[in-house]
Amino acid sequence: MTLTHKATVMDEKSINQALRRIAHEIIERNKDIKNVVLIGVRSRGVPLAERLQKMLAEIEQVKIPLGILDITLYRDDLTQRLDNPQVHTTDVSFDLNGKDVVVVDDVLYTGRTTRAAMDALIDLGRPASIQLAALVDRGHRELPIRADYVGKNVPTSSSEQVDVKVKELDREDRVDILGILED
Amino acid sequence: MQTLRRKDFLGLEEMSAEEINLILETSRSMHEIIKRKIKKVPTLRGRSVLNLFYEPSTRTKASFELAQKYMSADSVSVAGSSSSLVKGETLKDTVRNVEAMGVECVIMRHPVSGAAHYLARNIESSVINAGDGMHEHPTQGLLDLYTVWEKKGRLEELKVAIVGDIRHSRVARSNIWGLKKMGAEVVVAGPPTLMPPDLDIFGIKAFHTIEDAVINADVVMALRLQKERQESGLFPSLREYAELYGLNRERLKLASDDVLIMHPGPINRGVEMTSDLADGPGSIILEQVTSGVAVRMALLYLLLGGTKE
Repeated sequence: MTLTHKATVMDEKSINQALRRIAHEIIERNKDIKNVVLIGVRSRGVPLAERLQKMLAEIEQVKIPLGILDITLYRDDLTQRLDNPQVHTTDVSFDLNGKDVVVVDDVLYTGRTTRAAMDALIDLGRPASIQLAALVDRGHRELPIRADYVGKNVPTSSSEQVDVKVKELDREDRVDILGILED
Repeated sequence: MQTLRRKDFLGLEEMSAEEINLILETSRSMHEIIKRKIKKVPTLRGRSVLNLFYEPSTRTKASFELAQKYMSADSVSVAGSSSSLVKGETLKDTVRNVEAMGVECVIMRHPVSGAAHYLARNIESSVINAGDGMHEHPTQGLLDLYTVWEKKGRLEELKVAIVGDIRHSRVARSNIWGLKKMGAEVVVAGPPTLMPPDLDIFGIKAFHTIEDAVINADVVMALRLQKERQESGLFPSLREYAELYGLNRERLKLASDDVLIMHPGPINRGVEMTSDLADGPGSIILEQVTSGVAVRMALLYLLLGGTKE
């Protein structure tokens, strides 16, 4: 299987613009911003959540708590995979009870990761609400899940891949669509 | 590497440093779950485990059972004394019958060295060795490694002194294999009658006094002394043992300042070590117990998580 580059759909500038817009939408939607907490879904969701945290601090002068969620143990495909995915640590050091939780992920696709994230969150407490922010929504949902905040809607076919790179982990900011070449 | 490519977990002797590292890393994530209010993840929903204990156990059995519950596996526990073994059924038949009920993993403690290996060869389910005779107690070894690794941030180049009845101790054997693979320096000390004849195969130094062994040690681990060894004449009395080989503050003066004190339990206070040491600042004895659950959760995940095909 070979991957070919098809298109670059976001660059550093548009990623940060999208995040800034999402930050404003979070403020608009949540009247009490002090009740909001951010949860980054490992791996790419974490730096995106950190950027949102920084932007919210600039706009509203509040420090929004940030937690890290690893959803590996909540996946629904564990018994179908040959390899176990590596488990990483969940790090949510604050109480989720009664909070408005904004889950941050890079790509919203089938909705299965979001389902797992919601189950994982509910095992940590009882939030007042759970909202979802995704940098890219590429469609093809398999569960009744939608995002509250979307950076960019990117129509794709299921044979394509969406590749998100973030500076913190990949040394550059960009979102590419890759095609799969059958050998 | 993301998974253990093996059906069974039988001993640390056959594990690579890379595999041990994977288990330690995974244990850290599991440790976080034990600290939660709701200690449960759905990962092993629908998987079944049998705990088969042919020797008495409180800690290890409770630890395995809790690990299974926290991971949402279904489990049954059978004690050897109440099983069909007393009716003359062979071990292989017992387990094959339970396997026929859908069990996919068998955790076994057995008084005979090699029993877990024998079982692993004869059944399809995964086998986890929870202690076999004088051979190995690999989950205890792992939890000891994990506890030290968490405290010190590394295992390489740490000096670990293991003190007591090395000869009959499966805990010592698992620890020596595991620690050596991870690059630690291991020394042992105890009465000459309780030293194994085959120490050379481990490649470690042995001392006959505690003081010689603990010089600059980062970790001192006391082993449980079993009373039946006294009855067989290997040491004269508990009091004499405590006098010569018991750990106390005075004896540990030569160890490093932040030396960690460990014991696999159950502890004979005043024999293997003094109470003030067991309950004192350097003691990580209760942390070992917590780690035990995390390490066993990690193992269950790594052995049962993926598909077999």
